[in-house]
Amino acid sequence: MLAFVIRRIMQSAAVMLAVALIAFLMFRFVGDPVNQMVGVDTPQDEVARLRESLGLNDPTIVQFGRFIWNALHFNFGVSYQFRQPVTQLLAERAPATLELAFTAAAFALFVGLIMGVYCALRRDSWLAQIFQAISLIGVSLPTFLIGILLIYLFAVVLGWLPSNGRGQVVKFGDWWTTGFLTTSGLRALILPAITLGLFQMTLIMRLVRAEMLEVMRTDYIKFAKARGLRTRSIHFGHALKNTLIPVITIAGLQLGSIIAFAIITETVFNWPGMGLLFLKAVQNVDIPIMAAYLMLIGFLFVLINLLVDLTYGLVDPRLRIAMRS
Amino acid sequence: MTEPVISVRDLRVEFVTRKGILRAIDGVSFDIMPGEVLGVVGESGAGKSVTGSAIIGLIEPPGRIAGGEIRLHGQRIDNLDPESLRRIRGRKIAMIFQDPLTSLNPLYRVGEQLVETILTHTDLGPAAARARAIELLNEVGIPAPERRIDGYPHEFSGGMRQRVVIALALCAEPDFIVADEPTTALDVSVQAQIIALIRKLCRERGTAVMLVTHDMGVIAETADRVAVMYAGRVAEIGPVRDVVKHPLHPYAKGLMGAIPTLEAEADRLVQIPGSMPRLSNIPQGCAFNPRCDRVFDRCRVERPDPDIPRFGLEGEAPLMPGHRVACHLYTRNPVENAS
Amino acid sequence: MPTPTPEEVKGLVGGGAGSPVIRKILDSDILHSFRSSKLTMVAATIVFLCFFGALFAPLIAPFDPFDPAKVFLSDASIPPVWQQGGDPRFVIGTDDQGRDMFSAILYGLRVSLAVGGLGVLLAAVIGITLGLVAGYMGGRIDAIIMRIADVQLTFPAILIALLIDGVAQGLFRGLPREQSAIPVLVISIGLSFWVQYARTIRGSTLVEKNKDYVHAARLVGLPAPIIMLRHVLPNVIGPVLVILTINLGLAVITEATLSFLGVGLPPTQPSLGTLISIGNRYLFSGDWWIVAFPGATLAILVLAVNLLGDWLRDALNPRLR
Repeated sequence: MLAFVIRRIMQSAAVMLAVALIAFLMFRFVGDPVNQMVGVDTPQDEVARLRESLGLNDPTIVQFGRFIWNALHFNFGVSYQFRQPVTQLLAERAPATLELAFTAAAFALFVGLIMGVYCALRRDSWLAQIFQAISLIGVSLPTFLIGILLIYLFAVVLGWLPSNGRGQVVKFGDWWTTGFLTTSGLRALILPAITLGLFQMTLIMRLVRAEMLEVMRTDYIKFAKARGLRTRSIHFGHALKNTLIPVITIAGLQLGSIIAFAIITETVFNWPGMGLLFLKAVQNVDIPIMAAYLMLIGFLFVLINLLVDLTYGLVDPRLRIAMRS
Repeated sequence: MTEPVISVRDLRVEFVTRKGILRAIDGVSFDIMPGEVLGVVGESGAGKSVTGSAIIGLIEPPGRIAGGEIRLHGQRIDNLDPESLRRIRGRKIAMIFQDPLTSLNPLYRVGEQLVETILTHTDLGPAAARARAIELLNEVGIPAPERRIDGYPHEFSGGMRQRVVIALALCAEPDFIVADEPTTALDVSVQAQIIALIRKLCRERGTAVMLVTHDMGVIAETADRVAVMYAGRVAEIGPVRDVVKHPLHPYAKGLMGAIPTLEAEADRLVQIPGSMPRLSNIPQGCAFNPRCDRVFDRCRVERPDPDIPRFGLEGEAPLMPGHRVACHLYTRNPVENAS
Repeated sequence: MPTPTPEEVKGLVGGGAGSPVIRKILDSDILHSFRSSKLTMVAATIVFLCFFGALFAPLIAPFDPFDPAKVFLSDASIPPVWQQGGDPRFVIGTDDQGRDMFSAILYGLRVSLAVGGLGVLLAAVIGITLGLVAGYMGGRIDAIIMRIADVQLTFPAILIALLIDGVAQGLFRGLPREQSAIPVLVISIGLSFWVQYARTIRGSTLVEKNKDYVHAARLVGLPAPIIMLRHVLPNVIGPVLVILTINLGLAVITEATLSFLGVGLPPTQPSLGTLISIGNRYLFSGDWWIVAFPGATLAILVLAVNLLGDWLRDALNPRLR
């Protein structure tokens, strides 16, 4: 078990190193960092001094080492647009994105699971057909279009929910702000969370349905039926537990995608999160923010991957054996 | 006279497919007495397993029971609603599947699966159910059951898993067990042990067993009576000694001829030419007629009834009581009778 | 990474030995399944109409929305003809600049499909090449290529496309947006979607390379690139058609998303995404048609392409149904 964990951590570190290399190459070679920092009328010798002090004349490998060292200390330099440390900019916006992503993921998992199980157990009912149709539309409609549609319906026509921003937020500790504690914050969360979660919801629904149908065909389910176990126990005990194992993997991996897809949702709803910051950085070629965001998302993905693999082992007794050997 | 545990009359099972209705079981009848083992043999696709599934009520769409009756202790069970059927399953009728590796849910401990089944069918409390589970594991020959009960299925060997499966089938002391190829997936040495176990349990408890297999050796060792199935029909049925030693149906003769023996007289195994017809393409008359070496006109037109009296051929052993065959050969003057 | 990807779990693509697609398509079963599915026929018709409209946009469109001499601000924001204040010249209304929506959508479709199609083709070329090389050469090259694929697969395509777009903008700083936008988008999409092709092709190549005809070709002394292109490729290309179709929908969405986010095509050269982005600004003023029609076009197009892809996958690979 320990060997397995160590091996997975090593693999994760290797992936992070690769991501860091890409981030570094972007940082170093796309647009000269010095040109971004100085004005047009800055004297040449000052530019040279700045270049030297930033270490841009050192060998590339040394610079890469320094980049990693700084990254490990959460130091990603200063944003070209805002003239502020990138880490601070990201940290200010992280709570908004994380709360949104978490709510969307919970929505996607919960609703997707229920719909998927229903579709698998009542395959031919009309409601299941409707769910199937919704899922097809869900994967075909681009996220931003869903967002626009929801805004038009619930904000413009019906006027029930806000379409813009986070509502009132409460400061929590040093730097965390939360919208969970105010009515306006919760109301503001509804539309963006649905928009962001809808695609993942349909994905989870399809996955749960397919997996469960597969499990229902297995011998151990047939044997459970032959033993006269109660239908409820067969469906929601035996079948569901076996269905959930692959679903955990995908749902876990999707959490990372949700954070990345938040870029689009945040743009549609003008949600003050990291995604909006990243998008402005792309539009203005603000490389330090792009590099830092890439590192952050990469880290989250690797972390989630790792956690998923480890939980997998906890849930499935067969894998515990495989890991030990 | 005792009443049969299971009585199947003129059973028909159909599968509705895009290309039409396939008749997987067509007019199968037999009885099984308490404590009796009925062996059911035949090639794959002959309808052996489907018959077992039909009795236990596990035919699922697109399949359906299209006709006939299944009686348990004289009461019809083929037309019960799903919930009543569920209460019978496991309690009165149990089933053992072919592959013990896939019959057990890999995510549940062996004990959990046993206890759940016991709790479903008996009035025992959780602690008593667990004690009963250990008792059952002991009975089917699992060493150190009080320890192994908390193991996961993958921690058991194939033979041990099949013992667990049998223990699961025995949880509520059923009167009838369908054993669907219970030894096919096991090593030869383990096969004998499992067969001996089923035989022993059957004797001790008076449980009736329908043993589905394509292994004639297993049948000869275990069964009291044997039914030979072909293309969803019973070709021949009778006491195991009679059918194995003196098979009547040309198909059964071929099947018995294909058993290797140690005696030197048969230096080459018989093989039956051709293969079983597809369900979509069963010939008129006797289903075996295209492959039969003794076929005559009547076989191509009229379907032989297994339940009418038959007569032994000249120069062969006479028919024993209870030995029935669906073949026109065993009619008085078969060729003249042809219409 | 040992964890299965969503694509693998959903079974989007059968990685099995690909047999020539052409023969399979001519197979009557395929034609039969096509004719027997009304939905598929509707989808195919929609996709055909979209391509037709895009290709012949200059001939079909009643107006040239990009000719400043023919666009008048006085025509701005006219609602569809069935609404109060509609103008029979503009059946589904005009946008904020006074451009005919129908014409703008046709031209937008043209740009969207061109970018999506070229992007998917580029992805296919990259993916097939790398997959062939990885599968045929094996060893370290294989390990490196597949490692890159694994790492890239952990990130959503849209994020990769955004990053590549950002980097490309940094590199092409001197060029005006009108000139750089399309190549940048095509490259972004191409580099975001190659992995699936590479994985599938590599899988089939691993199977094919151990077959006798490849051994024979090697014994004759043919150079590796010739064997790969002339002998292995025709036998592994089968599943690519399915991936191409499914990815076309994704690529069109990706392009539209990038344009909507303001890093794709500029308003002077609008794609469907750009049109939606423009219309989105007028959502609150009640000019719903500026966003609704491009949005509906995009949604219907992608839905139709996806339906077609689903059908194609099932028809070519019934095992996966």
